Amino acid sequence: MTIEIKTATLEPVRNTFAHIERRFGDKPATRYQEGTYDLQAVANFHYKPMWQPEYELNDTRRTAIQMEDWYAFRDPRQFYYGTYVQQRAKMQEVAESNYSFFEKRNLADLLSDEVKAKLIRFLVPLRHVEHTANLNNVYGTAYGYGTAITQALLYDGMDRFGIAQYLSRIGLIFDGNTGDKLAEAKTYWLQEEVWQGMRALCEETLITKDWFELFVVQDLLMDTLNYDIFFNQFEQWLRDNGAQDVAMLMEFMQNWHKDTSRWVDAVMKTAVAESEANKATLETWISAWRPKVEAALAPLAEEMLGAQALPLAQAELDKRLNKAGLFK
Amino acid sequence: MATKLNIKDKYRLLTRDLDWDFDYQDRKEAFPQEDFEGIKITDWSKWEDPFRLTMDAYWKYQAEKEKKLYAIFDAFSQNNGHVNVTDARYVNAIKLFLTGVSPLEYQAHQGFAAVGRQFSGVGARVACQMQSLDELRHVQTQVHAMSHYNKFFDGFHEFPHMHDRVWYLSVPKSFFDDARSAGPFEFMIAIGFSFEYVLTNLLFVPFMSGAAYNGDMATVTFGFSAQSDEARHMTLGLEVIKFLLEQHEDNLPIVQKWINKWLWRGYRVLALVAMMMDYMLPNKVMSWKEAWEVYFEDAAGSLFKDLARYGIVMPDYVETIAKEKEHLSHQAWWIFYNFTHASAFHTWIPSAKELDWLSEKYPSTFDQYYRPRFELAAEMEKAGERFYCSGLPQLCQVCQIPMGFTEMDNPTLISYRDSVYKDDRYHFCSDGCKTIFDDEPEKYVHSWLPVQQIFQGNCGGADVETVLKDYYRINMGADNMEYAGSPDDLRWKAWKGVA
Repeated sequence: MTIEIKTATLEPVRNTFAHIERRFGDKPATRYQEGTYDLQAVANFHYKPMWQPEYELNDTRRTAIQMEDWYAFRDPRQFYYGTYVQQRAKMQEVAESNYSFFEKRNLADLLSDEVKAKLIRFLVPLRHVEHTANLNNVYGTAYGYGTAITQALLYDGMDRFGIAQYLSRIGLIFDGNTGDKLAEAKTYWLQEEVWQGMRALCEETLITKDWFELFVVQDLLMDTLNYDIFFNQFEQWLRDNGAQDVAMLMEFMQNWHKDTSRWVDAVMKTAVAESEANKATLETWISAWRPKVEAALAPLAEEMLGAQALPLAQAELDKRLNKAGLFK
Repeated sequence: MATKLNIKDKYRLLTRDLDWDFDYQDRKEAFPQEDFEGIKITDWSKWEDPFRLTMDAYWKYQAEKEKKLYAIFDAFSQNNGHVNVTDARYVNAIKLFLTGVSPLEYQAHQGFAAVGRQFSGVGARVACQMQSLDELRHVQTQVHAMSHYNKFFDGFHEFPHMHDRVWYLSVPKSFFDDARSAGPFEFMIAIGFSFEYVLTNLLFVPFMSGAAYNGDMATVTFGFSAQSDEARHMTLGLEVIKFLLEQHEDNLPIVQKWINKWLWRGYRVLALVAMMMDYMLPNKVMSWKEAWEVYFEDAAGSLFKDLARYGIVMPDYVETIAKEKEHLSHQAWWIFYNFTHASAFHTWIPSAKELDWLSEKYPSTFDQYYRPRFELAAEMEKAGERFYCSGLPQLCQVCQIPMGFTEMDNPTLISYRDSVYKDDRYHFCSDGCKTIFDDEPEKYVHSWLPVQQIFQGNCGGADVETVLKDYYRINMGADNMEYAGSPDDLRWKAWKGVA
């Protein structure tokens, strides 16, 4: 037996909006579909942007990548605002409990001075790189085309702001909330030789104009290599050096990267599959930027982990490029 | 032992120190839009963060709100909540909202992303980025709230397509295009301050109150859920203006000019809200005139008193608006009554009871100028001669509203203004719109005026009907025309079991 509540059934006139029906057929649509497809204005803009009069307000020509349909960049996570914040709220709940656990039990006291110094010198300055990633992703939201990709770029941008704040909190844990270690870490970022390649790279991305190029450089090249070095290999090093507790403070970043890579890989695959011209453009960009990104990371990787570290990260990147259908 | 940080210090450490002075590139090239408007920023570090929300706290609070909101949406659909509104005529108000206002939320999302990338001060940037994310929330939750109505009523089904094309929707669209095509500081005064702070209670809130008064559970729940976001946006709008005025005295005349422009520009968009409040809501919240008095004359009056210490004065044309409040909604509804065959919502003659309400709310104008007109139209309708205007109206070059507003000293005389620029003559509905044009003619000559575009053959058809059907994608006889006898009307009666 099941209980059966009687409800009045009213026959709908239509299942969904006409633009959704044209794309997916005459059937009930998902919230991701209704909240994403064709939301952005495409025609009849009234004025020329004073800051870029050669383009329309929304314009496909702000990147060399060209798409028949910009909504081909479906997010495999199907994030619209509601699903995005709920997913991140779950992750932050775990992170919050990890950070509280770490602080409450003074786990920092158990770490050797060497480990502490290494965290301040290598992990905390990364917050400036994450801050750059925030700007580079928001750039794509501002100047990109089609809600499917521009909303995902904003989610990524805000995530990076969140990660920059988590990294800052690691600094605060080690300086008893005075900010001294954050200041020390910033001095490394600004002055120490080992960071200057990375800082120069960040500054160069911030003047890069093509938003899709910037997506490739930031979200694929830099993130694949950086996250493998800082949050995968370095975490292993911490485990090997009696500092496994610190992993609790890095779990958010690891899970975040796994989650976001699904989207980045899907975007890359779609862009490559679209046309030979796109594939060629992407390969040109990657060939030009990859050596710069690797050169920026090399001294950091070597000092943190040794000479074998960067090649391992490079192998990760090769795998992802291959998966996207590039260089073959 | 760790010291406890206060919120301000914590926020500074977590956020404000993330940026740095460049050594390898020219920072101006990374933030290139800050100079061309003439605004002078001497020290970004003086920016006071209007809300000190860390990202993890943002996720947490917003997720809780979303969870509750979507639970209501689900319950609303499951229980056919649409049959509980006061009357199906009400639904036309939210058709106007989805086609006219929700796409503006999207533009706000884009505009705040742009300034959230362009400002070189990290505190201002982050606040703008969060607003960009909020605005995306608003457009998506509005679409989701109205998704259910779309299944049962006409006029919602092509909202983004129509927003880009339909004549009256070019009024809100051009408003936001105007703001986004301006520089970052003007955008902030236009949207952050004028729109989100000064006028929000006259735009966003009347629709939500209308929903509350008319049994629209989905929309009003969205409204409540967005309230705390809006509160954040208002504090940002206020911080921006104070910051600009405190940074440099040379900013004052620029900011004042923008306030003048954007109050008028925003007010013209509100013509749509005015008629919605007075004519489209079966249960009225308050009259447009009362709303203007409460939310502008009283509330903004004290705001401008507050800003007087910076040298800011009351915007131009406030006296004109005060006179127009007696006329605006009636003239706007009359325009739409005339052109309902070309719009994606229905119009109607107010009932006898509603006419009396209008007389009571507008004692000095309604009986004299407007009631006779509506009574005549009602008689014609009764005789089977429902009146539609067959021509196409002339549009104001700036606000793009058909030239149907009158002189305030003589409400039977249409108000016309014009300017000549590079040998061409341009037409305006008012001194306010003419002043805006004369200040930046090069910008406004580009306006995509729907009527001109139809005449130039850019809207795909030689005759109006083809334009409406094919270019606008109006379902003829369903989305448009008189409410009485429309498919909406017939379905509503069937659901309610009335003949």
